[in-house]
Amino acid sequence: MPIHEKHLIRPENLVRNDKLAIEGVDVSGDWSTFIQTRVITDYNESLQDEIAALPGGEFIHRCWQCGSCTNSCTVNALNPDFNPRYWIYLIRLGMEQELLRDKDIIWQCVSCNKCTYACPRDVVPEAVMHATAHWLELKGYVPEKPSVVFDDVFSGQVFAKGKIEEGRLMRKFFVRTQQKLAQPWLIAMVKGLVSRLPITLLMRLGLAGVVHPRTRNWGRTRDAINEYVGEQNAKHRSALGLPAQSTESHS
Amino acid sequence: MTEKYRKVAYYPGCALEGTGHAYNRSTKEVGKALGLELVELENWNCCGAMEVKNVDPKLQTFLSARNLKIAEDMGFDTVMAPCNGCYHNLKKAEYDLSHDAGSRETVAKLAAKSGDQPYEAGNVETIHALEWIRDAIGTDELHKRIKNSLNGLKIANYYGCMYTRPRHIFPEKDKGPGSESTSKPHFMDDLLAAAGAVNVEFPLKTACCGGAHTLSDSDTSTRLVLNILTTAEACGAEVIATECPTCHSGLEMHQIRAEKVLGKKTNVKILYFTQLLGMALGLSARKVGVNENFSESRDLLKAKGLG
Repeated sequence: MPIHEKHLIRPENLVRNDKLAIEGVDVSGDWSTFIQTRVITDYNESLQDEIAALPGGEFIHRCWQCGSCTNSCTVNALNPDFNPRYWIYLIRLGMEQELLRDKDIIWQCVSCNKCTYACPRDVVPEAVMHATAHWLELKGYVPEKPSVVFDDVFSGQVFAKGKIEEGRLMRKFFVRTQQKLAQPWLIAMVKGLVSRLPITLLMRLGLAGVVHPRTRNWGRTRDAINEYVGEQNAKHRSALGLPAQSTESHS
Repeated sequence: MTEKYRKVAYYPGCALEGTGHAYNRSTKEVGKALGLELVELENWNCCGAMEVKNVDPKLQTFLSARNLKIAEDMGFDTVMAPCNGCYHNLKKAEYDLSHDAGSRETVAKLAAKSGDQPYEAGNVETIHALEWIRDAIGTDELHKRIKNSLNGLKIANYYGCMYTRPRHIFPEKDKGPGSESTSKPHFMDDLLAAAGAVNVEFPLKTACCGGAHTLSDSDTSTRLVLNILTTAEACGAEVIATECPTCHSGLEMHQIRAEKVLGKKTNVKILYFTQLLGMALGLSARKVGVNENFSESRDLLKAKGLG
Protein backbone atom coordinates (compact mmCIF):
# COMPACT_ATOMS: atom_id res chain seq x y z
CA MET A 1 0.00 0.00 0.00
CA PRO A 2 1.70 3.19 -1.10
CA ILE A 3 1.51 6.30 1.00
CA HIS A 4 -0.88 8.65 -0.67
CA GLU A 5 0.17 12.23 -0.70
CA LYS A 6 -1.88 15.26 -1.44
CA HIS A 7 -1.40 17.39 -4.46
CA LEU A 8 -0.18 20.81 -3.52
CA ILE A 9 -1.38 22.11 -6.87
CA ARG A 10 -5.09 22.21 -6.21
CA PRO A 11 -7.82 23.35 -8.61
CA GLU A 12 -8.56 26.42 -6.47
CA ASN A 13 -4.91 27.52 -6.73
CA LEU A 14 -4.94 27.54 -10.51
CA VAL A 15 -5.65 30.76 -12.34
CA ARG A 16 -6.82 30.56 -15.91
CA ASN A 17 -7.82 33.60 -17.94
CA ASP A 18 -10.22 33.34 -20.80
CA LYS A 19 -9.40 36.81 -21.93
CA LEU A 20 -6.06 38.30 -21.07
CA ALA A 21 -3.65 40.49 -22.92
CA ILE A 22 -0.25 41.39 -21.48
CA GLU A 23 1.54 44.27 -23.16
CA GLY A 24 -0.62 43.86 -26.22
CA VAL A 25 0.04 40.12 -26.52
CA ASP A 26 -3.01 37.87 -26.23
CA VAL A 27 -2.34 35.23 -23.55
CA SER A 28 -5.89 33.86 -23.18
CA GLY A 29 -6.64 30.15 -22.71
CA ASP A 30 -5.06 27.07 -21.17
CA TRP A 31 -1.46 27.73 -22.03
CA SER A 32 -1.33 30.74 -19.76
CA THR A 33 -2.57 28.92 -16.65
CA PHE A 34 -0.91 30.27 -13.56
CA ILE A 35 -0.42 28.73 -10.16
CA GLN A 36 -1.11 31.13 -7.36
CA THR A 37 1.88 31.78 -5.19
CA ARG A 38 1.73 29.65 -2.09
CA VAL A 39 2.84 31.76 0.80
CA ILE A 40 1.86 30.50 4.18
CA THR A 41 1.72 33.16 6.83
CA ASP A 42 -1.07 31.95 9.09
CA TYR A 43 0.89 29.46 11.17
CA ASN A 44 -0.54 28.51 14.51
CA GLU A 45 2.74 28.27 16.36
CA SER A 46 1.16 26.69 19.39
CA LEU A 47 -0.71 23.97 17.47
CA GLN A 48 1.60 21.14 18.54
CA ASP A 49 1.50 22.32 22.15
CA GLU A 50 -2.28 22.43 22.07
CA ILE A 51 -2.55 18.88 20.76
CA ALA A 52 0.09 17.73 23.25
CA ALA A 53 -1.92 19.22 26.09
CA LEU A 54 -4.85 16.90 25.33
CA PRO A 55 -4.87 13.28 26.49
CA GLY A 56 -3.17 11.09 23.88
CA GLY A 57 -1.30 13.88 22.15
CA GLU A 58 1.63 13.91 24.60
CA PHE A 59 4.18 12.19 22.36
CA ILE A 60 3.52 13.88 19.04
CA HIS A 61 6.91 15.64 19.21
CA ARG A 62 8.70 12.30 18.83
CA CYS A 63 7.51 11.80 15.25
CA TRP A 64 10.20 11.67 12.57
CA GLN A 65 7.78 11.22 9.66
CA CYS A 66 8.65 7.67 8.62
CA GLY A 67 5.06 7.05 7.51
CA SER A 68 4.68 3.64 9.20
CA CYS A 69 1.39 4.80 10.71
CA THR A 70 -0.24 5.71 7.41
CA ASN A 71 1.27 2.65 5.79
CA SER A 72 -0.34 0.32 8.32
CA CYS A 73 -3.58 2.28 8.72
CA THR A 74 -6.89 0.40 8.43
CA VAL A 75 -8.89 3.48 7.49
CA ASN A 76 -6.27 4.72 5.01
CA ALA A 77 -6.82 1.51 3.03
CA LEU A 78 -10.46 2.55 2.60
CA ASN A 79 -9.89 6.27 2.19
CA PRO A 80 -6.47 7.55 1.02
CA ASP A 81 -7.29 10.99 2.41
CA PHE A 82 -7.11 9.51 5.91
CA ASN A 83 -3.42 10.14 6.50
CA PRO A 84 -2.11 10.21 10.10
CA ARG A 85 1.49 10.90 9.10
CA TYR A 86 0.45 13.96 7.10
CA TRP A 87 -1.71 15.31 9.90
CA ILE A 88 1.09 14.90 12.41
CA TYR A 89 3.33 16.77 9.96
CA LEU A 90 0.83 19.62 9.64
CA ILE A 91 0.34 19.85 13.40
CA ARG A 92 4.07 19.98 14.05
CA LEU A 93 4.49 22.74 11.49
CA GLY A 94 1.47 24.62 12.82
CA MET A 95 -0.39 24.48 9.51
CA GLU A 96 -3.82 24.70 11.03
CA GLN A 97 -5.69 25.72 7.87
CA GLU A 98 -4.31 22.72 5.98
CA LEU A 99 -5.31 20.42 8.83
CA LEU A 100 -8.83 21.82 8.81
CA ARG A 101 -9.31 20.61 5.24
CA ASP A 102 -9.60 17.09 6.71
CA LYS A 103 -11.55 18.02 9.81
CA ASP A 104 -14.53 15.86 8.88
CA ILE A 105 -12.67 12.56 8.62
CA ILE A 106 -10.13 12.62 11.46
CA TRP A 107 -12.71 11.20 13.90
CA GLN A 108 -12.99 8.05 11.78
CA CYS A 109 -9.93 6.38 13.36
CA VAL A 110 -11.12 2.89 14.40
CA SER A 111 -8.49 2.46 17.16
CA CYS A 112 -7.11 -0.77 15.67
CA ASN A 113 -3.67 0.27 16.96
CA LYS A 114 -1.81 -0.94 13.89
CA CYS A 115 -0.05 2.44 13.78
CA THR A 116 0.91 2.25 17.44
CA TYR A 117 2.25 -1.25 16.82
CA ALA A 118 4.28 -0.09 13.81
CA CYS A 119 5.54 3.25 15.13
CA PRO A 120 9.30 3.12 15.82
CA ARG A 121 9.17 6.28 17.93
CA ASP A 122 6.30 5.47 20.31
CA VAL A 123 4.28 8.46 19.15
CA VAL A 124 1.07 6.45 19.77
CA PRO A 125 -0.52 7.83 16.60
CA GLU A 126 -3.88 6.26 17.50
CA ALA A 127 -4.06 8.45 20.59
CA VAL A 128 -2.86 11.48 18.60
CA MET A 129 -5.81 10.97 16.24
CA HIS A 130 -8.21 11.07 19.17
CA ALA A 131 -6.48 14.10 20.66
CA THR A 132 -6.77 15.85 17.29
CA ALA A 133 -10.46 14.97 16.95
CA HIS A 134 -10.95 16.23 20.50
CA TRP A 135 -9.10 19.45 19.65
CA LEU A 136 -11.25 20.07 16.56
CA GLU A 137 -14.32 19.80 18.71
CA LEU A 138 -13.10 21.91 21.62
CA LYS A 139 -12.11 24.63 19.16
CA GLY A 140 -15.58 24.49 17.66
CA TYR A 141 -14.33 23.59 14.16
CA VAL A 142 -16.63 20.59 13.85
CA PRO A 143 -20.02 19.71 15.26
CA GLU A 144 -20.16 16.73 17.58
CA LYS A 145 -19.21 13.65 15.54
CA PRO A 146 -21.12 10.35 15.90
CA SER A 147 -18.15 8.58 17.49
CA VAL A 148 -17.89 11.30 20.10
CA VAL A 149 -21.59 11.03 20.85
CA PHE A 150 -21.08 7.30 21.26
CA ASP A 151 -18.05 7.75 23.55
CA ASP A 152 -20.03 10.24 25.55
CA VAL A 153 -23.18 8.16 25.91
CA PHE A 154 -21.13 5.08 26.72
CA SER A 155 -18.83 6.77 29.22
CA GLY A 156 -21.75 8.58 30.80
CA GLN A 157 -23.44 5.28 31.47
CA VAL A 158 -20.26 3.73 32.90
CA PHE A 159 -19.61 6.74 35.12
CA ALA A 160 -23.18 6.76 36.40
CA LYS A 161 -23.79 3.02 36.89
CA GLY A 162 -20.41 1.27 36.70
CA LYS A 163 -21.70 -1.02 33.94
CA ILE A 164 -23.09 -0.92 30.42
CA GLU A 165 -26.42 -2.23 29.19
CA GLU A 166 -26.10 -2.41 25.42
CA GLY A 167 -29.78 -2.09 24.50
CA ARG A 168 -30.10 1.15 26.43
CA LEU A 169 -26.78 2.42 25.08
CA MET A 170 -27.88 1.78 21.53
CA ARG A 171 -31.27 3.45 21.97
CA LYS A 172 -29.69 6.55 23.54
CA PHE A 173 -27.09 6.73 20.79
CA PHE A 174 -29.68 6.49 18.02
CA VAL A 175 -31.80 9.17 19.65
CA ARG A 176 -28.90 11.59 20.06
CA THR A 177 -27.68 11.11 16.50
CA GLN A 178 -31.29 11.33 15.24
CA GLN A 179 -31.29 7.97 13.50
CA LYS A 180 -34.25 5.68 13.25
CA LEU A 181 -33.91 2.55 15.34
CA ALA A 182 -36.00 0.71 12.74
CA GLN A 183 -33.17 0.18 10.23
CA PRO A 184 -33.95 -2.71 7.83
CA TRP A 185 -30.75 -4.58 8.70
CA LEU A 186 -31.38 -4.22 12.44
CA ILE A 187 -34.89 -5.56 12.02
CA ALA A 188 -33.56 -8.54 10.03
CA MET A 189 -31.06 -9.26 12.82
CA VAL A 190 -33.60 -9.12 15.62
CA LYS A 191 -36.18 -11.17 13.70
CA GLY A 192 -33.68 -13.96 13.12
CA LEU A 193 -32.72 -14.00 16.77
CA VAL A 194 -36.26 -13.93 18.12
CA SER A 195 -37.20 -16.93 15.97
CA ARG A 196 -34.46 -19.01 17.61
CA LEU A 197 -34.31 -17.91 21.23
CA PRO A 198 -36.21 -19.60 24.02
CA ILE A 199 -38.83 -17.32 25.54
CA THR A 200 -37.22 -17.30 29.01
CA LEU A 201 -34.00 -15.87 27.62
CA LEU A 202 -35.89 -13.24 25.66
CA MET A 203 -37.66 -12.21 28.85
CA ARG A 204 -34.35 -11.97 30.69
CA LEU A 205 -32.92 -9.77 27.94
CA GLY A 206 -36.01 -7.57 27.99
CA LEU A 207 -35.73 -7.29 31.76
CA ALA A 208 -32.12 -6.07 31.49
CA GLY A 209 -33.52 -3.10 29.59
CA VAL A 210 -35.76 -2.22 32.52
CA VAL A 211 -33.62 -3.17 35.49
CA HIS A 212 -30.32 -1.60 34.51
CA PRO A 213 -27.23 -3.56 35.44
CA ARG A 214 -25.15 -1.60 37.88
CA THR A 215 -22.18 -1.94 40.18
CA ARG A 216 -23.27 -1.77 43.83
CA ASN A 217 -22.12 1.05 46.10
CA TRP A 218 -20.96 3.02 43.10
CA GLY A 219 -22.04 6.46 44.38
CA ARG A 220 -18.70 7.66 45.74
CA THR A 221 -16.83 6.33 42.73
CA ARG A 222 -19.31 8.06 40.43
CA ASP A 223 -18.79 11.37 42.22
CA ALA A 224 -15.00 10.99 42.18
CA ILE A 225 -15.04 10.27 38.43
CA ASN A 226 -17.34 13.16 37.59
CA GLU A 227 -15.23 15.54 39.64
CA TYR A 228 -12.09 14.33 37.87
CA VAL A 229 -13.69 14.67 34.41
CA GLY A 230 -14.72 18.23 35.28
CA GLU A 231 -11.17 19.08 36.41
CA GLN A 232 -9.67 17.60 33.25
CA ASN A 233 -12.11 19.45 30.99
CA ALA A 234 -11.23 22.72 32.65
CA LYS A 235 -7.54 21.94 32.22
CA HIS A 236 -7.93 21.14 28.53
CA ARG A 237 -9.95 24.26 27.84
CA SER A 238 -7.44 26.47 29.55
CA ALA A 239 -4.54 24.83 27.65
CA LEU A 240 -6.31 25.77 24.43
CA GLY A 241 -6.99 29.28 25.66
CA LEU A 242 -10.74 28.69 25.75
CA PRO A 243 -13.04 30.23 28.36
CA ALA A 244 -14.16 28.00 31.21
CA GLN A 245 -17.42 26.16 30.67
CA SER A 246 -20.30 25.64 33.00
CA THR A 247 -19.80 22.19 34.52
CA GLU A 248 -21.46 19.42 32.55
CA SER A 249 -22.67 16.41 34.41
CA HIS A 250 -22.86 12.94 32.89
CA SER A 251 -26.22 11.30 33.18
CA MET B 1 -3.12 -30.87 33.04
CA THR B 2 -1.24 -28.54 35.32
CA GLU B 3 -2.38 -26.85 38.49
CA LYS B 4 -1.68 -23.51 36.86
CA TYR B 5 -4.92 -21.68 36.08
CA ARG B 6 -7.11 -24.55 37.37
CA LYS B 7 -9.02 -22.03 39.47
CA VAL B 8 -8.95 -18.40 38.36
CA ALA B 9 -10.95 -15.24 38.92
CA TYR B 10 -13.42 -14.60 36.12
CA TYR B 11 -14.12 -11.16 34.67
CA PRO B 12 -16.94 -11.51 32.12
CA GLY B 13 -17.44 -7.78 31.42
CA CYS B 14 -20.54 -5.98 30.19
CA ALA B 15 -20.66 -7.38 26.65
CA LEU B 16 -20.81 -10.95 27.95
CA GLU B 17 -23.91 -10.05 29.91
CA GLY B 18 -25.47 -8.55 26.77
CA THR B 19 -24.86 -9.34 23.10
CA GLY B 20 -22.04 -11.72 24.00
CA HIS B 21 -23.99 -13.94 26.38
CA ALA B 22 -23.40 -16.96 24.14
CA TYR B 23 -19.67 -16.44 24.74
CA ASN B 24 -20.25 -16.21 28.49
CA ARG B 25 -22.33 -19.38 28.49
CA SER B 26 -19.97 -21.37 26.27
CA THR B 27 -16.86 -20.25 28.19
CA LYS B 28 -18.39 -21.42 31.47
CA GLU B 29 -19.57 -24.70 29.93
CA VAL B 30 -16.17 -25.45 28.42
CA GLY B 31 -14.52 -24.71 31.77
CA LYS B 32 -16.92 -27.07 33.50
CA ALA B 33 -16.38 -29.81 30.92
CA LEU B 34 -12.62 -29.51 31.37
CA GLY B 35 -12.74 -29.45 35.17
CA LEU B 36 -11.57 -25.85 35.46
CA GLU B 37 -13.05 -23.49 38.00
CA LEU B 38 -14.10 -19.90 37.40
CA VAL B 39 -14.98 -17.57 40.27
CA GLU B 40 -16.66 -14.41 39.07
CA LEU B 41 -15.31 -11.11 40.41
CA GLU B 42 -17.65 -9.70 43.02
CA ASN B 43 -19.32 -6.45 42.08
CA TRP B 44 -17.09 -5.75 39.09
CA ASN B 45 -17.44 -2.67 36.90
CA CYS B 46 -16.95 -1.87 33.20
CA CYS B 47 -13.27 -1.82 32.15
CA GLY B 48 -13.85 1.34 30.09
CA ALA B 49 -14.07 -0.55 26.77
CA MET B 50 -13.03 1.46 23.69
CA GLU B 51 -14.80 4.62 24.77
CA VAL B 52 -13.66 5.87 28.16
CA LYS B 53 -10.05 6.23 26.97
CA ASN B 54 -11.28 8.83 24.49
CA VAL B 55 -12.66 10.84 27.38
CA ASP B 56 -9.55 10.26 29.48
CA PRO B 57 -7.06 7.35 29.27
CA LYS B 58 -6.22 7.51 32.97
CA LEU B 59 -9.87 7.08 33.84
CA GLN B 60 -9.83 3.85 31.90
CA THR B 61 -6.78 2.76 33.86
CA PHE B 62 -8.67 3.50 37.08
CA LEU B 63 -11.77 1.54 36.01
CA SER B 64 -9.72 -1.47 34.91
CA ALA B 65 -7.46 -1.38 37.97
CA ARG B 66 -10.52 -1.44 40.24
CA ASN B 67 -11.32 -4.90 38.84
CA LEU B 68 -7.76 -6.11 39.33
CA LYS B 69 -7.99 -4.98 42.94
CA ILE B 70 -11.20 -6.97 43.41
CA ALA B 71 -9.42 -10.08 42.10
CA GLU B 72 -6.56 -9.47 44.51
CA ASP B 73 -8.90 -8.93 47.46
CA MET B 74 -10.65 -12.20 46.64
CA GLY B 75 -7.29 -13.94 46.97
CA PHE B 76 -6.54 -14.53 43.31
CA ASP B 77 -3.29 -13.89 41.47
CA THR B 78 -4.87 -14.51 38.06
CA VAL B 79 -7.95 -13.06 36.40
CA MET B 80 -9.31 -14.47 33.17
CA ALA B 81 -11.16 -12.18 30.75
CA PRO B 82 -12.64 -13.76 27.60
CA CYS B 83 -13.46 -10.39 26.01
CA ASN B 84 -10.61 -8.88 24.02
CA GLY B 85 -11.57 -5.39 25.13
CA CYS B 86 -11.54 -6.26 28.84
CA TYR B 87 -8.38 -8.33 28.45
CA HIS B 88 -6.65 -5.50 26.62
CA ASN B 89 -7.70 -2.87 29.13
CA LEU B 90 -6.66 -4.86 32.21
CA LYS B 91 -3.32 -5.52 30.52
CA LYS B 92 -2.98 -1.86 29.65
CA ALA B 93 -3.81 -0.81 33.21
CA GLU B 94 -1.13 -3.20 34.47
CA TYR B 95 1.38 -1.73 32.02
CA ASP B 96 0.53 1.89 32.75
CA LEU B 97 0.59 1.39 36.50
CA SER B 98 4.03 -0.17 36.36
CA HIS B 99 5.49 2.38 33.90
CA ASP B 100 3.78 5.70 34.46
CA ALA B 101 3.85 7.66 37.70
CA GLY B 102 1.04 9.93 36.48
CA SER B 103 -1.30 6.95 36.07
CA ARG B 104 -0.42 5.66 39.55
CA GLU B 105 -1.12 9.06 41.03
CA THR B 106 -4.51 9.47 39.31
CA VAL B 107 -5.59 5.93 40.20
CA ALA B 108 -4.55 6.44 43.84
CA LYS B 109 -6.43 9.74 44.02
CA LEU B 110 -9.62 8.37 42.50
CA ALA B 111 -9.48 5.20 44.61
CA ALA B 112 -9.07 7.27 47.79
CA LYS B 113 -12.08 9.42 46.92
CA SER B 114 -14.09 6.28 46.16
CA GLY B 115 -13.13 4.84 49.54
CA ASP B 116 -11.10 1.98 48.02
CA GLN B 117 -7.51 0.85 48.22
CA PRO B 118 -5.69 1.39 44.91
CA TYR B 119 -4.44 -1.60 42.94
CA GLU B 120 -0.67 -1.95 42.76
CA ALA B 121 0.95 -3.32 39.63
CA GLY B 122 2.35 -6.81 39.73
CA ASN B 123 -0.19 -8.43 42.04
CA VAL B 124 -2.62 -9.94 39.53
CA GLU B 125 -1.93 -11.48 36.14
CA THR B 126 -4.53 -11.00 33.41
CA ILE B 127 -5.02 -13.83 30.94
CA HIS B 128 -7.32 -14.39 27.97
CA ALA B 129 -9.66 -17.39 27.69
CA LEU B 130 -7.32 -18.74 24.98
CA GLU B 131 -4.33 -18.68 27.34
CA TRP B 132 -6.45 -20.09 30.15
CA ILE B 133 -7.46 -23.26 28.26
CA ARG B 134 -4.14 -23.64 26.53
CA ASP B 135 -2.05 -23.34 29.68
CA ALA B 136 -4.38 -25.10 32.11
CA ILE B 137 -5.15 -28.05 29.85
CA GLY B 138 -2.70 -28.02 26.96
CA THR B 139 -3.39 -29.11 23.41
CA ASP B 140 -2.34 -32.77 23.92
CA GLU B 141 -4.64 -33.24 26.89
CA LEU B 142 -7.44 -31.37 25.11
CA HIS B 143 -7.06 -33.67 22.14
CA LYS B 144 -7.51 -36.71 24.41
CA ARG B 145 -10.72 -35.29 25.83
CA ILE B 146 -12.41 -34.62 22.49
CA LYS B 147 -15.57 -36.72 22.24
CA ASN B 148 -16.99 -35.35 19.02
CA SER B 149 -14.21 -34.26 16.66
CA LEU B 150 -14.74 -31.11 14.61
CA ASN B 151 -13.97 -33.55 11.84
CA GLY B 152 -12.11 -31.40 9.35
CA LEU B 153 -14.39 -28.37 9.71
CA LYS B 154 -12.57 -25.60 7.84
CA ILE B 155 -11.97 -22.66 10.13
CA ALA B 156 -10.55 -19.17 9.69
CA ASN B 157 -9.27 -18.02 13.09
CA TYR B 158 -10.00 -14.37 13.69
CA TYR B 159 -8.27 -12.67 16.64
CA GLY B 160 -8.97 -8.99 15.96
CA CYS B 161 -7.00 -6.00 17.20
CA MET B 162 -7.10 -5.90 20.96
CA TYR B 163 -5.60 -9.34 21.60
CA THR B 164 -2.20 -8.43 20.20
CA ARG B 165 -1.91 -4.66 19.78
CA PRO B 166 -0.09 -2.64 20.84
CA ARG B 167 2.69 -5.10 21.54
CA HIS B 168 4.21 -3.39 24.58
CA ILE B 169 1.27 -4.17 26.87
CA PHE B 170 1.73 -7.90 26.24
CA PRO B 171 5.28 -8.52 27.51
CA GLU B 172 4.74 -12.30 27.54
CA LYS B 173 4.03 -12.45 23.80
CA ASP B 174 6.63 -12.75 21.02
CA LYS B 175 8.95 -14.75 23.28
CA GLY B 176 9.73 -17.46 20.77
CA PRO B 177 8.44 -21.05 20.53
CA GLY B 178 5.53 -21.74 22.85
CA SER B 179 4.60 -18.10 23.29
CA GLU B 180 1.88 -16.24 21.46
CA SER B 181 2.83 -14.21 18.40
CA THR B 182 1.48 -10.68 18.00
CA SER B 183 1.86 -10.65 14.22
CA LYS B 184 0.57 -14.16 13.57
CA PRO B 185 -1.28 -15.39 16.66
CA HIS B 186 -1.91 -19.14 16.83
CA PHE B 187 -3.33 -20.10 20.25
CA MET B 188 -6.87 -20.43 18.86
CA ASP B 189 -5.59 -22.32 15.83
CA ASP B 190 -3.75 -24.73 18.17
CA LEU B 191 -6.82 -25.41 20.33
CA LEU B 192 -9.19 -25.90 17.41
CA ALA B 193 -6.69 -28.13 15.58
CA ALA B 194 -6.54 -30.28 18.72
CA ALA B 195 -10.34 -30.51 18.49
CA GLY B 196 -10.15 -31.82 14.93
CA ALA B 197 -10.58 -28.66 12.86
CA VAL B 198 -8.61 -27.80 9.76
CA ASN B 199 -7.36 -24.22 10.06
CA VAL B 200 -7.21 -22.45 6.74
CA GLU B 201 -4.38 -20.06 5.97
CA PHE B 202 -6.10 -16.77 6.80
CA PRO B 203 -4.17 -13.52 6.27
CA LEU B 204 -6.62 -11.29 8.16
CA LYS B 205 -6.26 -12.86 11.62
CA THR B 206 -5.51 -9.52 13.23
CA ALA B 207 -7.33 -7.23 10.80
CA CYS B 208 -9.74 -4.70 12.23
CA CYS B 209 -13.53 -5.19 12.07
CA GLY B 210 -14.19 -1.53 12.85
CA GLY B 211 -15.73 -2.56 16.16
CA ALA B 212 -15.06 0.78 17.82
CA HIS B 213 -17.30 2.51 15.29
CA THR B 214 -19.70 -0.32 14.63
CA LEU B 215 -22.68 2.00 15.21
CA SER B 216 -21.18 5.46 14.82
CA ASP B 217 -19.56 4.82 11.42
CA SER B 218 -21.45 1.77 10.17
CA ASP B 219 -20.44 2.13 6.54
CA THR B 220 -16.74 1.90 7.37
CA SER B 221 -17.38 -1.09 9.64
CA THR B 222 -19.45 -2.86 7.00
CA ARG B 223 -16.68 -2.49 4.43
CA LEU B 224 -14.04 -3.74 6.87
CA VAL B 225 -16.17 -6.72 7.92
CA LEU B 226 -17.11 -7.59 4.36
CA ASN B 227 -13.42 -7.73 3.52
CA ILE B 228 -12.86 -10.18 6.40
CA LEU B 229 -15.85 -12.33 5.42
CA THR B 230 -15.04 -12.55 1.70
CA THR B 231 -11.37 -13.23 2.41
CA ALA B 232 -12.30 -16.04 4.81
CA GLU B 233 -14.52 -17.54 2.11
CA ALA B 234 -11.80 -17.16 -0.50
CA CYS B 235 -9.46 -19.03 1.86
CA GLY B 236 -11.92 -21.92 1.93
CA ALA B 237 -13.29 -21.38 5.45
CA GLU B 238 -16.73 -22.66 6.41
CA VAL B 239 -16.59 -20.98 9.80
CA ILE B 240 -14.88 -17.93 11.27
CA ALA B 241 -13.91 -18.66 14.87
CA THR B 242 -13.93 -15.61 17.14
CA GLU B 243 -12.62 -14.86 20.62
CA CYS B 244 -14.06 -11.40 21.25
CA PRO B 245 -17.71 -10.39 21.72
CA THR B 246 -17.26 -7.07 19.90
CA CYS B 247 -15.62 -8.70 16.87
CA HIS B 248 -18.18 -11.48 16.95
CA SER B 249 -21.28 -9.30 17.03
CA GLY B 250 -19.62 -6.87 14.60
CA LEU B 251 -19.08 -9.67 12.08
CA GLU B 252 -22.62 -10.95 12.56
CA MET B 253 -24.25 -7.55 12.39
CA HIS B 254 -22.31 -6.30 9.37
CA GLN B 255 -22.71 -9.60 7.55
CA ILE B 256 -26.44 -8.89 7.64
CA ARG B 257 -25.92 -5.18 6.97
CA ALA B 258 -23.67 -5.90 3.95
CA GLU B 259 -26.43 -8.04 2.52
CA LYS B 260 -29.21 -5.52 3.20
CA VAL B 261 -27.34 -2.30 2.38
CA LEU B 262 -24.65 -3.29 -0.14
CA GLY B 263 -26.36 -6.34 -1.59
CA LYS B 264 -23.30 -8.49 -0.84
CA LYS B 265 -24.22 -11.86 0.62
CA THR B 266 -21.66 -14.07 2.35
CA ASN B 267 -22.31 -17.54 3.74
CA VAL B 268 -19.40 -18.14 6.09
CA LYS B 269 -20.66 -18.93 9.63
CA ILE B 270 -19.51 -17.10 12.72
CA LEU B 271 -18.97 -18.99 15.98
CA TYR B 272 -17.08 -18.36 19.21
CA PHE B 273 -14.11 -20.68 19.60
CA THR B 274 -15.59 -21.77 22.94
CA GLN B 275 -18.78 -22.87 21.15
CA LEU B 276 -16.71 -25.00 18.76
CA LEU B 277 -14.61 -26.43 21.59
CA GLY B 278 -17.72 -27.11 23.65
CA MET B 279 -19.37 -29.10 20.88
CA ALA B 280 -16.13 -31.00 20.31
CA LEU B 281 -16.15 -31.84 24.03
CA GLY B 282 -19.58 -33.40 23.54
CA LEU B 283 -21.84 -30.52 24.62
CA SER B 284 -24.99 -29.79 22.63
CA ALA B 285 -25.28 -26.77 20.32
CA ARG B 286 -27.97 -25.36 22.60
CA LYS B 287 -25.79 -25.78 25.70
CA VAL B 288 -23.08 -23.60 24.16
CA GLY B 289 -25.64 -21.04 22.98
CA VAL B 290 -25.46 -21.53 19.22
CA ASN B 291 -29.11 -20.47 18.99
CA GLU B 292 -28.22 -17.21 20.72
CA ASN B 293 -25.94 -16.13 17.87
CA PHE B 294 -27.27 -13.72 15.29
CA SER B 295 -25.55 -15.77 12.61
CA GLU B 296 -27.52 -18.94 11.80
CA SER B 297 -25.10 -21.87 11.67
CA ARG B 298 -27.21 -24.80 12.87
CA ASP B 299 -27.65 -26.41 9.45
CA LEU B 300 -23.93 -26.53 8.81
CA LEU B 301 -23.27 -27.90 12.29
CA LYS B 302 -25.92 -30.60 11.84
CA ALA B 303 -24.46 -31.56 8.47
CA LYS B 304 -21.08 -31.92 10.20
CA GLY B 305 -22.53 -34.08 12.95
CA LEU B 306 -21.92 -31.46 15.64
CA GLY B 307 -24.20 -30.22 18.39
